[in-house]
Amino acid sequence: MATQQQLIIIGNGMVGHHLVEQLVESEALTQYQVTVFGEERHRAYDRVHLSEYFSGRNADSLALCDADYYATSGITLRSSECVIEIDRSTHEVITDQGRYPYDRLVLATGSYPFVPPIPGNDREGCLVYRTLDDLDAIQAAAENATTGVVVGGGLLGLEAANALRGLNLDTAVIEFASRLMPMQVDSEGGGLLREKIEELGVQVLTERATQRIEDGETSRHRMVFQDDKVLETDLIVFSAGIRPRDELARGCGLEVGERGGVVVDDQCQTSDPAILAIGEVALWNQSIFGLVAPGYQMAKAAFSTLTGGDTHFSGADMSTKLKLLGVDVGSIGDAHGNQNPGARMFRYLDPIKQEYRKLVVSSDGKKLLGAMLVGDNSVYDTLLQYYSNSIELPAEPASLILPQSSGAAPALGPDALPETAMICSCHNVTKGAICATIDAGAVDLGGVKSATKASTGCGGCTALLKSVVDHELEARGVEVDKSICEHFAYTRQELYDIVRVEGIKTFSELIEKHGNADTHHLGCDICKPAVASILASCFNEPITDAAHIPLQDTNDTFMANMQKNGTYSVVPRVAGGEITPDKLIALGEVAKKYSLYSKVTGGQRIDLFGARLEDLPDIWSELIAAGFETGHAYGKSLRTVKSCVGSTWCRYGVQDSVGMAIWLENRYKGLRSPHKIKFGVSGCTRECAEAQSKDIGIIATENGWNLYVCGNGGMRPRHAELFATDLDDEQLYRTIDRFLMFYVRTADRLQRTSVWRENLEGGLDYLKEVILEDSLGINDELDRQMQTVVDTYQCEWADAISDPEKLKRFRSFVNDERPDPSIIMTSERGQPRPA
Amino acid sequence: MTATALKNEMDTTGSQHTMAWQKVCTKADLVEFSGVAAWLETAEGPAQVAIFYLPSQHSKGLNSELFALDHFDPFSNAHVIARGIIGDLKGAAVVASPIYKQHFRLEDGQCLEDEDVKLRTWKIEFKGDEVWIEG
Repeated sequence: MATQQQLIIIGNGMVGHHLVEQLVESEALTQYQVTVFGEERHRAYDRVHLSEYFSGRNADSLALCDADYYATSGITLRSSECVIEIDRSTHEVITDQGRYPYDRLVLATGSYPFVPPIPGNDREGCLVYRTLDDLDAIQAAAENATTGVVVGGGLLGLEAANALRGLNLDTAVIEFASRLMPMQVDSEGGGLLREKIEELGVQVLTERATQRIEDGETSRHRMVFQDDKVLETDLIVFSAGIRPRDELARGCGLEVGERGGVVVDDQCQTSDPAILAIGEVALWNQSIFGLVAPGYQMAKAAFSTLTGGDTHFSGADMSTKLKLLGVDVGSIGDAHGNQNPGARMFRYLDPIKQEYRKLVVSSDGKKLLGAMLVGDNSVYDTLLQYYSNSIELPAEPASLILPQSSGAAPALGPDALPETAMICSCHNVTKGAICATIDAGAVDLGGVKSATKASTGCGGCTALLKSVVDHELEARGVEVDKSICEHFAYTRQELYDIVRVEGIKTFSELIEKHGNADTHHLGCDICKPAVASILASCFNEPITDAAHIPLQDTNDTFMANMQKNGTYSVVPRVAGGEITPDKLIALGEVAKKYSLYSKVTGGQRIDLFGARLEDLPDIWSELIAAGFETGHAYGKSLRTVKSCVGSTWCRYGVQDSVGMAIWLENRYKGLRSPHKIKFGVSGCTRECAEAQSKDIGIIATENGWNLYVCGNGGMRPRHAELFATDLDDEQLYRTIDRFLMFYVRTADRLQRTSVWRENLEGGLDYLKEVILEDSLGINDELDRQMQTVVDTYQCEWADAISDPEKLKRFRSFVNDERPDPSIIMTSERGQPRPA
Repeated sequence: MTATALKNEMDTTGSQHTMAWQKVCTKADLVEFSGVAAWLETAEGPAQVAIFYLPSQHSKGLNSELFALDHFDPFSNAHVIARGIIGDLKGAAVVASPIYKQHFRLEDGQCLEDEDVKLRTWKIEFKGDEVWIEG
């Protein structure tokens, strides 16, 4: 090979970096010595997620590569070095620091924010939103500001508005057109979008042309509009569109478009074959592409041109899926329906849920030409596949945009997609490419992602990718084994049905009849506690009975929670968090006598730590004598019903939340379930009991109770969903009875209600049908089952301390009275703790 | 007195450890398909032993129905092994530590999750209704 050629890339944005990645991953670096010029201080970063800069990300975490990526790849990156001229006669790039020869040159200079020529637009505090430095400037200006205005109600304008909101500014958006995002949505969609954005406290002003900006009276600036109306603000961000950074190209005489942009062909070559242009600076077929995915495709075409390949750029789909200020907006193909004569449109508008969906279909009704979504993007992926793969529409195209509950919403399954279907448009990964990686040995989602980079760009295709990978793995016989463990070829739900239908009352009977033959029939620490829980849900026999004892986790066996040094914690039930002074004193006395560390729990009760195994029966004898009963803190069962003080004391309370909490806790105490269950009852809408973070949340209304279900706190918080409103007391507990029993019956092992709900086919609507409308006809049975559990409740500790046989395990040693000498405590803040 | 101290004392006398069978408890002290802990005085010093009882009429194809392992869980440094759940995994009877859930083979104490960890085992058998351990 001849000597290396000099390749210079001007611009270190997302598209320029993408080209670099192509070069690094191929053999091309033997052919080219590559130098990259970046005007900014930072190496290439993710501009798509720029607004996250204000929510915790920084230049490093937004960076597209490691700090040493360029150096270790043998590429020279010259950041903060501005190119001022291209000398085509000498094949040189001239910067503010020197001259650099090139053989091939790539312009990836991107675009700049257009600032309308308004007098006063250069005042201090008039900024743009494009780079990290711009964001720093906005942040600095916001420090002494209370209000901010964004000029421009397009995609980037709304992003900027979100950023201003994040800086706690009263924010307004000014749009010249009659609606927000005029490029993506029509007047109906724009109206809805405006409504939702205004609800967030962002002021929206449309059909406003700013005439001048001058000194304000109450704020720093005053904007004067065409009708002499004014708006005062401390900070102005211009986001009125982008313009290609084509000044270098103009300076050296390359062909540019009338309205800017360096003219390129399918190979991304400019009018000078030695010079290529990609990304937002390039004008292809009279169009500038202001999205990252087409830019990446141009980078691939340019790479191909540089290395003698034959990948061409042939235009790009401008379909987009966005979340702006938390509002879903989707636009596919000919969303306005004005590019295809004869196109027909379907529209669905739900003013309550604030959702708008529109389909543009061909005149014969068979092909999707475009779509528009506001408020809910859940059907975007499906619609995009119909559109980009020209899949024939169902006979009733409207079914694609109608609400799910009013009929089957035909989601396009992964097997309906052709091999050419584009799954990840950022990295150009088709279904065929995914299949190829699986055939080459990838066995899971992670493997496919690292092999193809799919879903590592904007991440919008994550769900689709997973469903394709799952489907393909299954099609190849990589079965997702749903057996609970090696002892049973059944799920928890199937085991539950077997136990219930056949009336099986012990683990040994179950494993003899239904266990896998090639085991010792001992079970394991997965299936035994699960079966113990099922047996308890169905028959509610004491878990300390001889047949059930070997099934329990140590916490259930000893009816206390094992801590890291082998001691236990003890939590008596304090229903609703209400406790008498005498009981408080009794708890204190027990804690003192047995040297227990005491702490108030999040569920409004008191946890006593450090109890020795052999002390547990004595501790409980004393607690029971003081009127306590077991709190089931050790079980997968009802834990607590947290309450606020309610109408008895609180001047805002509208119902007796404490009374209801105590009543409910007493009703469901002892219910064994797939996982722990927590309740909350609030006496008014102020929600002091935090009921919406519980499995069952109840909030008092003037007329009764609102019921929320399937919330969660902890690691993955989830708000509970409103399930039924204004229930009276009986309706309330009947509904909870059925809900809980249906959960017990159908959930997986160790599956909280929140995850169960998310995995439930048909979702909340289905759940409502089953519980509120009895669509499965099982409510009588659920009622009976719950009544059995309620009727057979007994305090497990009271049962155990009256039975010497059950107490024999509460000894450290079977042949010696001494306590375990290896447990050593020390003292901290006046209480014991493990040494 | 710790086990190590006693062992050293014994070593200085130069005598050999002699393993001897001793009675620890009776069948009635055991819990079927579960564990109890016993305090063992041996020539090497005291030891905490976890004893598991798997009655043969209910478990298929096991060679033994009594097992004795170290009660000490090396992953949590607590004496808790007897309070774990019994099971069988990949053909071997095991106990799962109640704290961090590692599995130990009852037959030889081998940890299934970490091949470098192995619990000590003792010979154990019924003599009539009495439980005897060699230690």
